[in-house]
Amino acid sequence: MSKKLLTVTILLIALACVLPFVLTNYRIFQATLVLVYAIALLGLNILTGYNGQISLGHGAFYAIGAYAAAMLMDQAGMPYWATIPIAGAVCLVAGFLFGLPALRLEGLYLALATFALAVSMPPILKAHFLEKLTGGVQGIVIVKPDPPAWLAAAGVKLNADQWLYYFVLAIAIVLFIVGWNLISGRVGRALIAIRDHHTAAEAMGINTAIYKSLAFGVSAMYTGIAGALGAIAVQFVAPDSFTVFLSITFLVGIVVGGLASLSGALYGALFIQFVPNIADELSKAAPWAVFGVFLIGFVYLMPTGVAGALRALTRRRGGGKLLQPKEALP
Amino acid sequence: MEPVLLQVLAGLATGSIYASLALALVMIYQATHLVNFAQGEMAMFATYIAWSLINAGMGYWPAFLLTVLIAFVLGVLIERVVIRPVENAPVLAVVVVFIGLLVILNSVAGWIFSYTIKSFPSPFPPALGIRYMSPHQVGALAVTLLVLAALYVFFRFTPLGLAMRAAAQNPVSSRLVGIRVGWMLALGWGLAAAVGAVAGMMVAPIVYLDPNMMAGILLYAFAAALLGGIDSPGGAVVGGLVVGVLENLLGAFVIGNELKLVVALVLIVGVLLVRPSGFFGRVHVSRV
Repeated sequence: MSKKLLTVTILLIALACVLPFVLTNYRIFQATLVLVYAIALLGLNILTGYNGQISLGHGAFYAIGAYAAAMLMDQAGMPYWATIPIAGAVCLVAGFLFGLPALRLEGLYLALATFALAVSMPPILKAHFLEKLTGGVQGIVIVKPDPPAWLAAAGVKLNADQWLYYFVLAIAIVLFIVGWNLISGRVGRALIAIRDHHTAAEAMGINTAIYKSLAFGVSAMYTGIAGALGAIAVQFVAPDSFTVFLSITFLVGIVVGGLASLSGALYGALFIQFVPNIADELSKAAPWAVFGVFLIGFVYLMPTGVAGALRALTRRRGGGKLLQPKEALP
Repeated sequence: MEPVLLQVLAGLATGSIYASLALALVMIYQATHLVNFAQGEMAMFATYIAWSLINAGMGYWPAFLLTVLIAFVLGVLIERVVIRPVENAPVLAVVVVFIGLLVILNSVAGWIFSYTIKSFPSPFPPALGIRYMSPHQVGALAVTLLVLAALYVFFRFTPLGLAMRAAAQNPVSSRLVGIRVGWMLALGWGLAAAVGAVAGMMVAPIVYLDPNMMAGILLYAFAAALLGGIDSPGGAVVGGLVVGVLENLLGAFVIGNELKLVVALVLIVGVLLVRPSGFFGRVHVSRV
């Protein structure tokens, strides 16, 4: 990481830490959701952006994570923080298992299979034989976690919204650091090599099968953790919150934010959280019309997304090279 | 035995609708090697057009024909305006454009016609019903078979149909003999949209009209197209009927109605894994 980038990142984290003291509770809740989406988008970006495997079904993993957390809290009475790693582990396994058959599917067909997964998720969650666990159509209501007692004992006074925000922020920072390490090292190079030229990557001695299913697993884990955090923040899970449109929302997020870019996850999250709110005032259908137009518009005009555009802008100002064509849409 | 027969016949009726949507998918796949994720929403939108025409006082069959025509024109337009720029783009870009199209059509339909569920008339007289099938089931089956027959005749016996097949199979040579390949692709899109519109109007009386009505249907159509072989029109029809019957039998006797969609998921993943070329598709060999 360059020195400049490091400064910007630290400034950004500092800004994120100050936010809860200047915003209203509702805005804090929205900011929490932005962080949640950013984690989910980072997960999808590892798979689709860096590894080139198209997933139209990440809403399903988000749902699995959300339900894992909700069921553990509701049925087993687990504390909320303990459900996060379990939700992540469950999704890691689920993603890895779905990634195994996905090895044989490429491009369009993988998109098809994951699309089918996303469409059939709500009926599975509604199914009768799971009703005891999932709450059926009604879903599960979760209690909002209070700030821990030791914090109050130490003299720090936070309300529930502020505490949850910091909790999610901490997890997001950890996951982004892990993701950055993963991407900028040996594993990341292997993932990108597989995306750019599968056969060549194989010839270089990369075990494509392991890397591809691993990418699926890790990506699902990120999205699952986001799902668990999202469920705790919203305090409610129900099958109809996890339709195929949730998966499409994530796709919008990574396309607008920027494929194969870590910072893109954050831009994308801001976009999918706030643009629908603005467009909603026009009509109930407007957010999706806007999403659709942005999807197609970005593919035509800005295939590297906001992150890519910013990168090109700063490079041009610095008199450096222009964006290499290889960095365009994988 | 009777309940089984009842389910099989009902399955054939819905299966014929899946078959026509699957056929629309196959037509676009053959021409461009792309799977159109927006096919269902295009059909849904056409059905709304039919609904408004009928509501404006038009008779059912004139409205039906006019809708098919409008769908055809819209299909051609979509190919020319939206799809053409990404013809040679990477798969991800194309998929994103298709999804964008799906979302736009869905929301515009919701915007114009609202999200409330509407009923859609069935044009078939009660006299058409037989012992085990409702009039609409018999009628839908007949209309679909008619469409399939018409398509077969069109592609097999007319010069334009031949030109379209040629353009899909070998664009370079077709261009050399004077076929306007770009326009043939657009015509293919138009035809697929028209066939989809018929499927939409036939299925709307069963599932009711709302902007999200086609999501499930599209999934079954995907399953049907893959089962028959994504590049085989005949296979799509057989696949559609098989999926329809399978879905109804499993739904009625094995897994219950609420998990019917999972049948489609299992079929899609299963076919792609075990036999990616389906029953009748060409086995795809690529050179590395």
